[in-house]
Amino acid sequence: MLVEVRLRPGISDPQGATIERALPALGFDGVDGVRVGKAFRLSVEAPDEADAAARVSDMAQRLLANPVIEDFEVRVLGPAPAGAGNGRAAAAR
Amino acid sequence: MSARIGVVVFPGSNCEHDVVTGLETAAQGHGAGGGEGRAVSAELVWHGARSLAGFDAVVLPGGFAHGDYLRPGALARFSPVMEAVGAFARDGGPVVGICNGFQVLTEAGLLPGALQKNRDLRFLCTTVVVRVCTTRTVLTRAAAPGAELRLPINHFEGNYTCDAATVERLRAEDRVVLRYTDNPNGSIDDIAGVCNQAGNVVGLMPHPERASDALIGGTDGVVLLRSLIAAASGDREAPQAAPAASAAV
Repeated sequence: MLVEVRLRPGISDPQGATIERALPALGFDGVDGVRVGKAFRLSVEAPDEADAAARVSDMAQRLLANPVIEDFEVRVLGPAPAGAGNGRAAAAR
Repeated sequence: MSARIGVVVFPGSNCEHDVVTGLETAAQGHGAGGGEGRAVSAELVWHGARSLAGFDAVVLPGGFAHGDYLRPGALARFSPVMEAVGAFARDGGPVVGICNGFQVLTEAGLLPGALQKNRDLRFLCTTVVVRVCTTRTVLTRAAAPGAELRLPINHFEGNYTCDAATVERLRAEDRVVLRYTDNPNGSIDDIAGVCNQAGNVVGLMPHPERASDALIGGTDGVVLLRSLIAAASGDREAPQAAPAASAAV
């Protein structure tokens, strides 16, 4: 599973602004709207992907993101490779 | 009977002894003169405690609770003691969060808003001037409205952020407790400290305990610590409504 946490629109992002200002100095012109967020990758044992996604959304809501300033998006990357889930029930990656 | 003030220690807190000493100094009147001779017992409380029974006030001190991993305060809010802090606050008990403690209170939802990285992405360790904007809180009741205090700050994430509706509500409900006179970190509306609706839960980024003795550079924090001591010493009267004639906005 992949959880992307990003600042909500309108919340200032000093890190993103600094990176955006630095890019032209390296010759990368024409870039704007740089926003810095966080990404979490985790493997979840669950009966199916929908169940895993629901649990991870709950985690993101309660811990991974601060809803006052951040939004998040949960994506299922696919079943974990064989051997990654202790050979038990399906693990979503 | 002396007022008992609990100072919560999370793994990674580092200002708890300063707060204890600051409160004792303020109570005795050392450093700033004119002590009221109030008896205070400031005691450390481990974050694993599930009860705050017997305490008259609670302070969440500065530091890096749980290493500030994920976000400052994000993990500390799930420490066992936080359920008791929430219940204590809802019961009207005085709760003050200083610096990292302020961050914990916002993460816990006991105060609105959030504290982001400083505008200039620098850790700030300096002395700032803040203005007392309301005296209806447990941390400012002994201060003069509009008083300017020199207090140390020591933070990377002190940039107070909230949406426009929240800042409007904070102003309308007289809940901005302290404002920087020269905004050091980009905080919205120059906010250095806010309180809940009742005024019994206060969070601030500056460190009053580090300005509680002339020997260490200042005593402007004493009036705040004495306010808390007064609040803990029994005068838990019903929260005052915002005075109509308040000059402090």
